[in-house]
Amino acid sequence: MRVPLSWLREYVDLPATETGRDVQAKLISAGLEVETVEQLGADLKGPLVVGQVLTIEELEGFKKPIRFCTVDVGRANGTGEPQEIVCGASNFSVGDKVVVVLPGAVLPGGFAISARKTYGRNSHGMICSSEELGMGEDGTKGIIVLPPETEVGKDAVELLELVDEVLDIAVTANRGDCLSIRGVARETAIAYGLPLRDPALLDVPAPNAFGHPVTISEPHGCDRFTARTVTGLDPQAHSPIWLQRRLQKVGMRPISLAVDITNYVMMEVGQPLHAYDRRLVQGPIGVRRAQEGEKLTTLDGVTRTLHAEDLVITDDRGPIGLAGVMGGANTEIADHADDPENATTEVVIEAAHFDQISVARTARRHKLLSEASRRFERGVDPQAASAAAQRTVDLLVLLAGGTADAGVTEVVAPSAPHTITMPADHPDRVAGVEYGREAVVRRLQEVGCDVYGQDELIVTAPSWRPDLTDPNDLAEEVIRLEGYENLPSTLPRLPSGRGLTHRQRLHRRVGRVLAGEGYVEAPNYPFVSEQVFDQFGLEADDPARRVVKLVNPLNDEEPALRTTLLPGLLGALRRNDGRGNHDLALFETGLVFRPQAADERQAAVHLSVDRRPTDEEIAKLNAALPEQPRHVAVVLAGAREQAGWWGKGRPADWADAVEAARTVAREAGAELIVRKGQYGPWHPGRCAELAVAVAGTERVVGHAGELHPRVVKALGLPERTCAMELNLDVLEQTGDGAPQAPRISAFPVATQDVALVVDKAVPHTDVEAALRDGAGELLEAIRLFDVYESAQLGEDKKSLAYALRFRAPDRTLTVDEASAARDAAIALAAERTGAALRS
Amino acid sequence: MSAPNKSYDPVEVEALKPEEIERMRDEALAALAAADSLDALHEAKVAHTGPASPLALANREIGALPPHAKAEAGKRVGMARGAVNKALAARQAELEAERDARVLVEESVDVTLPHDRVPAGARHPLTTLSERIEDVFVAMGYEVAEGPEVEAEWFNFDALNIGPDHPARGEADTFFVQGPDGGGDSDVVLRTHTSPVQIRSLLERELPVYVICPGRVYRTDELDATHTPVFHQVELLAVDQGLTMADLKGTLDHMVQSLFGEGMKTRLRPNFFPFTEPSAEMDMLCYVCKGESVGNPDRPCRTCSSEGWIELGGCGMVNPRVLAACGVDPEKYSGFAFGFGIERMLMFRHNVEDMRDMVEGDVRFTRPFGMEI
Repeated sequence: MRVPLSWLREYVDLPATETGRDVQAKLISAGLEVETVEQLGADLKGPLVVGQVLTIEELEGFKKPIRFCTVDVGRANGTGEPQEIVCGASNFSVGDKVVVVLPGAVLPGGFAISARKTYGRNSHGMICSSEELGMGEDGTKGIIVLPPETEVGKDAVELLELVDEVLDIAVTANRGDCLSIRGVARETAIAYGLPLRDPALLDVPAPNAFGHPVTISEPHGCDRFTARTVTGLDPQAHSPIWLQRRLQKVGMRPISLAVDITNYVMMEVGQPLHAYDRRLVQGPIGVRRAQEGEKLTTLDGVTRTLHAEDLVITDDRGPIGLAGVMGGANTEIADHADDPENATTEVVIEAAHFDQISVARTARRHKLLSEASRRFERGVDPQAASAAAQRTVDLLVLLAGGTADAGVTEVVAPSAPHTITMPADHPDRVAGVEYGREAVVRRLQEVGCDVYGQDELIVTAPSWRPDLTDPNDLAEEVIRLEGYENLPSTLPRLPSGRGLTHRQRLHRRVGRVLAGEGYVEAPNYPFVSEQVFDQFGLEADDPARRVVKLVNPLNDEEPALRTTLLPGLLGALRRNDGRGNHDLALFETGLVFRPQAADERQAAVHLSVDRRPTDEEIAKLNAALPEQPRHVAVVLAGAREQAGWWGKGRPADWADAVEAARTVAREAGAELIVRKGQYGPWHPGRCAELAVAVAGTERVVGHAGELHPRVVKALGLPERTCAMELNLDVLEQTGDGAPQAPRISAFPVATQDVALVVDKAVPHTDVEAALRDGAGELLEAIRLFDVYESAQLGEDKKSLAYALRFRAPDRTLTVDEASAARDAAIALAAERTGAALRS
Repeated sequence: MSAPNKSYDPVEVEALKPEEIERMRDEALAALAAADSLDALHEAKVAHTGPASPLALANREIGALPPHAKAEAGKRVGMARGAVNKALAARQAELEAERDARVLVEESVDVTLPHDRVPAGARHPLTTLSERIEDVFVAMGYEVAEGPEVEAEWFNFDALNIGPDHPARGEADTFFVQGPDGGGDSDVVLRTHTSPVQIRSLLERELPVYVICPGRVYRTDELDATHTPVFHQVELLAVDQGLTMADLKGTLDHMVQSLFGEGMKTRLRPNFFPFTEPSAEMDMLCYVCKGESVGNPDRPCRTCSSEGWIELGGCGMVNPRVLAACGVDPEKYSGFAFGFGIERMLMFRHNVEDMRDMVEGDVRFTRPFGMEI
């Protein structure tokens, strides 16, 4: 809401020295968010005067029409002689009154005016357009032509009210009353402790039976409807300058006198109004719900198909307006000054009160947010309707030469005033401050409440504050007027907390350990294209293809939510690579979204909010949600170890990806099972399937390895890009609690190395497990230290070399004991894996 | 053994003359002192203390002396040999020390060489800043609560007093999730704030509830320098008996002091949110200029645009209707809540100029933030 300070001053006698900035500070402290104070005409300097065009000479031979004019500016130029001015506009004639800026003046934007030679003539000043004067949009392009009665030589800065300050206020959804000068003036008056001259405090005639007939068949949607008629409007009448200027300053475009007046009154008192051309209204005006499928062409020229919930204004033909949103084209006011036959000379004024929710729904349904709907949605003062109608009638009589019809229609649905009961010390208890009953009552009265009672207050909110419904609303009024800035600063006494949960600590640890290993965290948007699953080579029935989709995605090509972290993370990898960072190790932890199995999915239920939902109802709400497990993923490309003075670098490879999984699993205290796998985007020969045992059952929790060359190509990734992804939630469940301390033996260690030849296809883990089992309990540790292949061994063979460390808890092992254990280990490996001791 | 020879030649043994022994000793000492390397010393050692050395040979001659002369000669030779051995050991130690020092010098390296074999990793500053804030409150006794990002509208809106027709619901720029049949009215959304976690906390936890709710939230804003459709919030909820707006103010003051240093404070301005009543916008004192740039054009402040205050987010007393929807008796309990965006705080706390830097995952942006901020 834009509020010109000059308009505000009409209702509050602010000290003359108060600036827009001062008022801004006061209003912000009272709770109105005054975002800016616009200084209109701040850098404007006269002389700027009214002139009358005496002669016009059209200059020939230029690309555009150029006029050489003489203009009478009275004695404003000091000489009284006609002012010679070259002008590039042509929307004025000899005799017209125009705005002339004389040499020495400065126009908005620091545009200094001086006498100069142009188009072969001397030009002493300029004839001005509204744009040049910083007046905002006035609907006309070109020179301002003033009403003929304007006095020549008069100062135009004052005439056009060019110097002003405009407060721009972001009005919150609860304060519909502040979408008017009246509402802001009331807040200003309270903030300054000054009286308010309420523009809605008008004498209105009593309703009678002679007004335009109105029938309300939907009193829930419309509890008040005032109709007034004005006849004999002068089609030639135009909005006076002051009216146009005020509309421009609040951000509206002047259109025609009758429309401008309704807009003006809406801005002034907050009541949306509508003017119908009486000759086009057929029969009584009605208010009802639309019939499904009914059509209405609104003033913006759009033909709309109505919904059965839409509230409409009707005449005998059917709908003539969307109630509280926009009027219909079929009763539009006509402003044909050049076509007096069809010009509107009689209007019916509607000032009604429509249901907030009904208007909100209609406006949203038809995507038609108007100044009227914006106000009705937020709450309009129902008591102001007849005053607003009266104000409109008065202005039509005054400015358009109309005659007020004696008929006054007023249909009002009876309603009991809403009262709020509140302990007098409630605001004190909310704030933590002792205001005392007296201050509470005074503050509530200031905002317009009627207050009765002693310890228990019975409060009736004013009609313009429909947002005041609960004791806490009243508490807020008291606290804000007493000043939020005066609230003390205290701390509650909390019960002891338990710190982070096991799961939260794990999430932090995983991030730290991966960053410690050189990975950089890169969180990504969860929006993906389903096409990526084809690029990943997922099977048609792969569960990862089942996605949650958005109704209104930002990008139509990415309507789905991720089921894996890889598309986003690989995108970040590609972005970094494209920016010249080629050695990359990235990680991300975040939620992925897996819809419930089709037969288990449910639509969410609608629950009330006046009580706690039952556990069953909560379960139903949750059943409508997808599973949202937390995953962790890493991607790698380029060098994992850089080359340097120490020697060669090492490219990132599948083993780094698998190791990242082991690192994460170690933090989770989970025993990770790594085995050969084959899945989706991974290289079929270089993919590890990662599993854990959960409650005795093995569950695959992810994959790691090098990506498939086809995927690398399809996604434009660096060659040999590697990746790992794990389900952290499952991993977290497997951790076997606190580690148990091992017994440390101080007896000497006996080490034995063995090299075993096995088929290439035999995984190391099988060999190691056999050795471990075979070696028995004397085995303290085992470590693979070499893998070797050669023609000598045979094409399908490999040699695995292990270091075995034996130790007894209670004695020094003899060589024979260690050898026996080693031999047993080898024997079991031979039996299980076909391993042969390398000779 | 024959009988003792009582009739010795009175012949003097040349080698055992005192001046001769003195000469041998002095020669040996000179040779040892002249040895300038361990090898040279070894040679001198063999020459002057070995079995063929003059003193060793002299020693052997002692047996030829008459008994009365033996003791004296033995003593003289022994002292000479002792002096030589002692000098040898000293010289040995000296030369070894010299050698060790030389080797260590030769082994010296350029300690300024880099060793960025595996360049450092880093956590994203949005993660670490969120944790930093969590830690402030965990230290006060709050617990961290989390919830789903795809959320039922009842949790995201209705329970927060944002009814189906509330203007705020239309303005919330919500991403809606398709229903099982692909339809649009699934009543499921991407959460627009972390407030549904407050609702879940009130439903799931025993009273009193003191929680901090960090997390990702979604709104349909296109990515640009100051907006992102996916961003992070931290919200706080306290519900207990007798909580006041002054407690809210104190909690906010404590937070900004913990994050930005002593002397920091917050300012509340009335505002409106459906889930709180009274509601307020919260600002913090500009931690850079401490408000001194206001009306002081000579010392403009980039961080607060010379406003003196930095907008943080929204807060207020939990609307009793919200408590009622969670089965908490508003007659008995009251609460306060606040929430703000992590991206914004990261921007003004660490001079991030463009929102896009935070979402693109460029390693050059993230690395400097390390493990914690």
